Amino acid sequence: MAALGNNIQLDEQGRLKHFLTTEGLPKALLTEILDVAESFATLPGRPVKKVPLLRGRIITNLFFENSTRTRTTFELAAKLLSADVLNFNVSVSATSKGETLLDTLRNLEAMHSDMFVVRHAESGAAHFIAKHAAPGVSVINAGDGRHAHPTQAMLDMFTIRKHKGDFTPLRVAIVGDILHSRVARSQIHALNTLGVTEVRAIGPRTLLPKEARALGVHVYHSLEDGVKDVDVVIMLRLQKERMDGALLPSEHEYFQLYGLTDERLENAKPDAIVMHPGPINRGVEMDSVVADGPRSVILQQVSYGIAIRMAVMSMAMQTGESGGKA
Amino acid sequence: MSRAKHISITGGRLVDPANGVDDLLDLHISDGKVLAIGDRPPGFEPETIIDASEQVVCPGLIDLAVHLREPGYEYKATIASETRAAAKSGITTLVCAPDTDPVIDTPAVWELVRRRAKISARARVLAVGALTQKLKGEQLSEIAALKAAGCVAMGNGRRPLASTLVARRALEYAATFGMTVFLSPEDHHLKAGGCAHEGAVATRLGLPGIPSAAECVAVARDLALAQHTGARVHFRTLSTGSSVDMIRNALAGQLPITADVAAHQLHLTEMDVDGFDARCHVSPPLRTLADRDALRRAVADGTIGVICSDHQPHEADAKEAPFPETAPGISGLETLLPLVLKLVEDGTLDLPAAIARVTSGPAAVIDLPLGQLGEGAIADVCVFDPELPWTLNTRTMTSAGKNTPFDGWEFRGRVTHTLFNGRIVHRPD
Repeated sequence: MAALGNNIQLDEQGRLKHFLTTEGLPKALLTEILDVAESFATLPGRPVKKVPLLRGRIITNLFFENSTRTRTTFELAAKLLSADVLNFNVSVSATSKGETLLDTLRNLEAMHSDMFVVRHAESGAAHFIAKHAAPGVSVINAGDGRHAHPTQAMLDMFTIRKHKGDFTPLRVAIVGDILHSRVARSQIHALNTLGVTEVRAIGPRTLLPKEARALGVHVYHSLEDGVKDVDVVIMLRLQKERMDGALLPSEHEYFQLYGLTDERLENAKPDAIVMHPGPINRGVEMDSVVADGPRSVILQQVSYGIAIRMAVMSMAMQTGESGGKA
Repeated sequence: MSRAKHISITGGRLVDPANGVDDLLDLHISDGKVLAIGDRPPGFEPETIIDASEQVVCPGLIDLAVHLREPGYEYKATIASETRAAAKSGITTLVCAPDTDPVIDTPAVWELVRRRAKISARARVLAVGALTQKLKGEQLSEIAALKAAGCVAMGNGRRPLASTLVARRALEYAATFGMTVFLSPEDHHLKAGGCAHEGAVATRLGLPGIPSAAECVAVARDLALAQHTGARVHFRTLSTGSSVDMIRNALAGQLPITADVAAHQLHLTEMDVDGFDARCHVSPPLRTLADRDALRRAVADGTIGVICSDHQPHEADAKEAPFPETAPGISGLETLLPLVLKLVEDGTLDLPAAIARVTSGPAAVIDLPLGQLGEGAIADVCVFDPELPWTLNTRTMTSAGKNTPFDGWEFRGRVTHTLFNGRIVHRPD
């Protein structure tokens, strides 16, 4: 079962070929991604050094959903690896003219792309492209529907490791709209694979999957109870449209119940860190005092994003190389 | 196709559940009808003798839910291609859904379908007429006219009715003419944008879920309306254990209802969707193992009297997209009997009961004297070798739709001959 979804990510030697989801990848491989990222990461404030690892390679950003932020970090990571980058904003080009996703893919392959970085509104889109891509081409999932956003999750793991070292003793709380969140799914799988003690999902029932336990989390509906003694608090972004469709009554009530304040953070461990994949809705998911406070590592998350994407891209391209591609 | 008018099928195990027959008996056919069972009648000289020793001889199968795609979707399949697939699969009667383009909401469209089926002449094509105009769920179709034209039931496909009031009126009006109404129970608001069972697998894959309640809510509502209106309601393609329980209770209360299940629901579960397998994207969705087992029990105890293919042939492109964007449905004609025989192999039900679910069961729903082989019956016959092992390969499928998750499955039992109206429409090459 799960093996089907996973095998596609690895080559015969068990090395990373596509990075579609954190689910089902071995702990050693996730750790390797973090280690390789470590070699690219620099001290805050100092520029990452450009390396010639992917010189002559073409990486195509295939974004079916707009996301300037994610696309920019992927582009920057690719350029720091000396790759050439093509940007295709497909939401406004091909498919709106009736071209199928497969046609788009074939056309771009004809331009000799070595890697696709894919973002798409539908769950499974990156898997679909990986299944149909030419043998030497790697696919990196930059977010598909509610399914996965593995590079975001790995930069969060990187941030956690920077601050906490060992994953094993950690209790991690993820707060908010887990039902619709690809980031949360990828974080949960990565945290469990890396061996944390506990992952908690906190939110009202309308924002948690009915089968949340299938993800490997403990469910809490009270923020106060849920953050008790945790080492890491991850806040998720609340999309404005959740107020429609009767998922929530108002941002006001959401903040009253699930907004992170200094007072509520008292329940967590004294050295607990606070994370958020951004962009933050101040006064909805968390108080500005928390977002800008000493426990917040939100801005570090952003800077580590480049190193993680460099790590994943270089690892996936190396398997492509020994896979016999000219 | 053979033109022989007098045919004997000899040495086979005749299984005719409607008449309580399960014995080694010869079948003699003359002028499209069953002339005699057992000994050859004096003076009967068959032009063709089919040696059915070691084989099972049963009524031709009736498939209550088939999407023939013609008119309007000929790029998916045609009446000619699908009746050919039916003949090869032992299916002699196809009840097609109204969701063609234009929809079967006037006698004229039905006449077109009927004429093309007549030219193909490999299987009987019947139709469910559209319950509402253009299947929009708002205004009733001319149900009396559609009945007079030969539609065997009315239904709205899987499209929603605008309100519970429209559902009530539709049932009442159809009941006026003794017309059975096919309902596909699904609350479209609860379904929302769902594409897979709201369970562990969809949660992990991030696929928008369809809760079991989407079906149960609709079954409960429709049962109340059936009771209120006295209409004959046939519940289409059930997928959950809870709705089966409600149907069972309603049957105990003598409500005039029937129900079917798609053959794939008895063999696959939500787990098969894992890895984003779009071939397993079906509507209603594949649910849990517990649901599958409850459906099997309902088929065994007769709560569900009909197994259908819910045949939905698609062009290859329809399944070549990210899972939520793919078209739901399985090309199911060629796996209907094989999947039913697998239930016998699994011990879910015995062979006569299994055959009843695809012959006399569906015949009772549409209230036609088909699906049985008594003397004088229409000679629609399926002959199959119950022991012959084979492997499904989509490349050798006859249906224009190759969309099936059963590619590579091993089956035991294969159709050798199909007779439609007493004519041989399929025989070994």
